[in-house]
Amino acid sequence: MSAVVEGLDRLLEGSDLADIRDKIERGERLDFEDGVRLYRHPDLAAVGALAHEVRTRKHGRKAYFNINLHLDYTNVCLYSCKFCAFAAKPGEDRAYLMTPEDVHARISAVADSDLSEVHMVAGIHPDLDYDYYLDIVRAAKRAKPDIHVKAFTMVEIDHILKISGKSEDRVFEDLREAGLGSCPGGGAEILATRIHKAVFREKIGPEEWLETARKVQTHGFKMNATMLYGHVERVEERVEHLCRLRRLQDETGGFMTFIPLAFWPYNTALRNYGKVTTGWNDLRQIAVSRLMLDNIPNIKAYWVMMTPRVAQTALSFGANDLDGTVTEERITHDAGTSAPMLLPRDELVRLIRGAGFEPVLRDTTYESFRPV
Amino acid sequence: MALAASINKVLDGLPLDPEEGLELYLEAELPILGMLADRVRKRFHDDGIVTYIVDRNVNPTNVCVTDCGFCAFYRRPGHKEAYVLDDEELEAKIRGLKEAGGVQLLLQGGHHPGLKVDWFADLFRRIKSRHPDIWIHGMSPPEIVHLAKLGKCTPREVLRTLQEAGLDSMPGGGAEILVDRVRGRIAPKKASAEEWLEVMRQAADLGMRTTATMMFGTVETPRERVEHLERIRALQEECGVFTAFIPWTFQPDHTPMETEWRREGGGKATAAEYLRMLAFSRIYLHNIENIQSSWVTQGIKICQIGLGMGANDFGSAMLEENVVSSAGCDNMTTLEEIERHIEDAGFIPRRRDMLYRILDEENRPLPGTGVRPMGHGTVRSREAVS
Repeated sequence: MSAVVEGLDRLLEGSDLADIRDKIERGERLDFEDGVRLYRHPDLAAVGALAHEVRTRKHGRKAYFNINLHLDYTNVCLYSCKFCAFAAKPGEDRAYLMTPEDVHARISAVADSDLSEVHMVAGIHPDLDYDYYLDIVRAAKRAKPDIHVKAFTMVEIDHILKISGKSEDRVFEDLREAGLGSCPGGGAEILATRIHKAVFREKIGPEEWLETARKVQTHGFKMNATMLYGHVERVEERVEHLCRLRRLQDETGGFMTFIPLAFWPYNTALRNYGKVTTGWNDLRQIAVSRLMLDNIPNIKAYWVMMTPRVAQTALSFGANDLDGTVTEERITHDAGTSAPMLLPRDELVRLIRGAGFEPVLRDTTYESFRPV
Repeated sequence: MALAASINKVLDGLPLDPEEGLELYLEAELPILGMLADRVRKRFHDDGIVTYIVDRNVNPTNVCVTDCGFCAFYRRPGHKEAYVLDDEELEAKIRGLKEAGGVQLLLQGGHHPGLKVDWFADLFRRIKSRHPDIWIHGMSPPEIVHLAKLGKCTPREVLRTLQEAGLDSMPGGGAEILVDRVRGRIAPKKASAEEWLEVMRQAADLGMRTTATMMFGTVETPRERVEHLERIRALQEECGVFTAFIPWTFQPDHTPMETEWRREGGGKATAAEYLRMLAFSRIYLHNIENIQSSWVTQGIKICQIGLGMGANDFGSAMLEENVVSSAGCDNMTTLEEIERHIEDAGFIPRRRDMLYRILDEENRPLPGTGVRPMGHGTVRSREAVS
């Protein structure tokens, strides 16, 4: 392979990253130690340049986004994950639950005719029955029949399977018939046992998350994968997380996009431990993800958590997607993100062009594209 | 492989000519510019230190007759929000600065039609008599030109009077873009590019150190950005007056030119554009030792990323700032956050003074630190001198 990023060869001469570049050039997979080294390497721009080269090979100068709406249908949650500021206990003043009618109304209220996706994730509400989950998907499709419903993290899917009283095949068939298009990648947090025990022990752990993802993909649904970073995890645990996702992807191939999620500490039980992630940490995470996840096509810089300015910069550090307009996100806003509630389409386009890339409007599953 | 030659030149410690510079600025991928800038940075600063200064940005007056289109801070004479700081307010600000461990007062303001050089000389003398330990980093070339006009004297005479009264150094504000086509559109009544440079030349001759700045993202072309750097680099080669270069981006909110700017589709320069300019300036300005990253205009996350793309200084902790904050720029930070971000990027945070001397716990400069003395034909790199 020839260099696609001009100057990189010369600048890597004599560098201690040259062997990693050689591996990438040979199409050889980076191993656990390579991952740790990339996280620890002092030269952020060099790690970014390696990732940028891989990104450029895969996607050229394109940067994707969509017009989407987040509906976090309830904040009531059985669990008390320490990194979460969103969950409310039943009966609390701030507890809320959207009915299928609410879902319908909110989607109908979006004026942009290019709205192509609704992203629905929420807490694990103890009182909702199986039909509720099908009903909110149906309500979304009723509001806009061509909308792509990307709903339910592996935590919710696991819960739906458990309360359904039906076979796995039946549940996925019901979800498909209701209109579910794909699943988001949330709830993975850090796929490492120590972190599971330390900060989200009540919820499904790494094995169950991966097992549920396997089920989802085996039943023909595409999905995303995430990682909540910047709290109490170690570098080695981040690498472990990436390696585990990569192994599953080798088997199932259904992960579309990897989305690192920057931790926001405000109002969470970790507020005295965690700080807002630095820009350095954010870009590093994007770059290492691009380099390690050789079998996941897209890396998304999620501006809600990373801030729009860092997300824009991340397009040159391995990311090829900026998510979308988002419109109504609540989970990260409860944890104090400084990002705005929504980014208008024009602003996304301006960020992409300002970074020297070509904005492309995409659908959820990266099957249809429209240049802007 | 048109860039290869330029990259080799930079790695060999040679200055780029403006055409090569423009091409590199426009064509190189952002992380490549970052890597190259990081190499140049290490030539000047191989000690792993990132500095910052604790100072306070005090504006003696917001009254100004210059009507710059990009400025949201100034008020016309007679405006109900016009002010001139009185002695008591200033004294309280200096006390606050000292309590916070500050060492420097940055004094800059509008072009007031009634405040002449003697007013400023008195001000500096008063400050120095009460606070001999406070470094006055004050005025800017356009203010000096303005005072010279008011006093019907030369800028050199103004500088000399102020220096005798206690002015220690001068910030490089008011440079905007040192190209008269651009100045004609955004600041037609302010000092010309040549006047700005001439004041700096005179300051050097009087033994005063200054900085150079750049406000970009208005009506200038990429070529004019490079021309700006070229003029600064040439003057530095001539007299070595600048301790640092500080680029930042136009903040359009509430400025006189905002409405027209937005109507024509203008916005704020984005973070990626800022980092590109920052990295490029580190590469192009082979004869200026320090490059500041700007948390005030970019936010602390992007400012920190700048440390990996050529910057070696976090700028000022800025206990007070009124100018860009009038233009919708509301970033805030603390000393703890500044130090955390420097350390997180793998550097050692150290406080400094205007001359980039590292300060100890009692704010005394450590011997052997700081910028090189001024001189003609300044060094190209540390390797080149040793």
